[in-house]
Amino acid sequence: MDTVCPAVRIRDLTVVRGGKRVLHEIGLDIAAGSVTGLLGPSGSGKTTLIRTIVGVQAHVRGEVEVLGRPAGAGSLRSRVAYVTQAPSVYDDLTIDENVRYFARVLGQPAQAVDAALDTVGLHDHADRRVSELSGGQRSRVSLATALLGGPDLLVLDEPTVGLDPVLRAELWDTFDRLADDGATLLISSHVMDEADRCERIFILREGRLAVDDTPEGMRERTGCDRLEAAFLALVGGGAR
Amino acid sequence: MTPTIVAGTAVRVLQQLRGDPRTVALLLVVPVVLLTVVRFVINDDGPVFDRFGLPLLGIFPLILMFAVTSIAMLRERTSGTLERLLSMPLAKLDLLLGYALAFGAIAVVQAVLLFAVGVGLLGLDVAGPLWAVVVLSVANGVLGMAMGLLLSAFASTEFQAMQFMPAFVIPQLLLCGLAVARADMAQPLHWVSWAMPMTYAFNGLDELRATATVDGQMIGDLAIVVAISLAALALGAITLRRRTP
Repeated sequence: MDTVCPAVRIRDLTVVRGGKRVLHEIGLDIAAGSVTGLLGPSGSGKTTLIRTIVGVQAHVRGEVEVLGRPAGAGSLRSRVAYVTQAPSVYDDLTIDENVRYFARVLGQPAQAVDAALDTVGLHDHADRRVSELSGGQRSRVSLATALLGGPDLLVLDEPTVGLDPVLRAELWDTFDRLADDGATLLISSHVMDEADRCERIFILREGRLAVDDTPEGMRERTGCDRLEAAFLALVGGGAR
Repeated sequence: MTPTIVAGTAVRVLQQLRGDPRTVALLLVVPVVLLTVVRFVINDDGPVFDRFGLPLLGIFPLILMFAVTSIAMLRERTSGTLERLLSMPLAKLDLLLGYALAFGAIAVVQAVLLFAVGVGLLGLDVAGPLWAVVVLSVANGVLGMAMGLLLSAFASTEFQAMQFMPAFVIPQLLLCGLAVARADMAQPLHWVSWAMPMTYAFNGLDELRATATVDGQMIGDLAIVVAISLAALALGAITLRRRTP
């Protein structure tokens, strides 16, 4: 770890859902100002880990510290932004009405709405109703909401699903820019070429932290040139 | 509590309704149409219409508000927007009061429309003061709203929320005194009727039909309606969990 005070610090984290352990003794640090990838086969516990960091997951045992406070602390609610996998916005409102409402809840001015819509490239469609949008556009509305007010920690659960390659690349540029401005980003994905744009990668497998490494480190360790191959080598073919 | 968030939430709920004319019609047009139907089913604007029509000025708002808000809040719960809101600096009461404000405003419009048509056009006779009719009508709309917000916690799909109609609303309709005076019911049912919120909706308006002045009994019924509404909102806040399994 290269920083003294990580943005997220987790020790001995165990989470039980429906009587079943879904995360086992996870320990990890996320460096402040970094872009970190969270990968793993479906059902490996990525979303549960994300929900734990955001502080919305119940039945959590262990230490989870976010920006120096226990996860879910009241003072973190304006500093941590969370984008769920399914876009959580109002279908029956326009893009503008959606983002404006959440800005109001966050106490952000109207300029913040315009800035967020610019970032996700939806400014020209602001008057369209969300129910008329494509899946990719919908998730961008959800993302715009999370960008309001410049959160210190941005947690994104599969933000690029359903986006075309151009838009996906643009979003990753945005993520880099946000990190350059000092934000910390944790991004879950199942696309390995996206993992290449992360400074650090965590791979979960069956609720355990299987890999905690840099993309280069993964290549070195496995001797694979392509990250996808390295992933399969580390997680194993039987992961699904 | 943050007033700007409460107001912002109320505006947002009304914006959602604006895009849904059917629901607006259900809340504002349907009760008026139903009351008109009752008038012409009875086919007379005499005491029989008063006996049934006046309490319906509270019962229709209660039922329709309940139906709409239970689904609206359920959508908030299932669409992920509730989870997002609760991960933001929003107090649980901000959200519920925002809903209450928006649907409360609609309850006022609903009550005034029903009153204007019922008393003005259809010939309902009221012994008590007319303002009290509108107050009780609004209060019962708000009661339906508060119960809808609370009961949405006990449904996980819109299909389940719809099931509250036969399971929760129709029993109250049968026991509230509208069809048969409660004193004439079998004793166990009479006891049960005391526990039904709709009973007090019926009682208050029935008082106004018979009594010229606002008396303690009507105030008592109104107080119970308000108290149940507040209790339902408070319980509703408890059902909003920031952390979920």
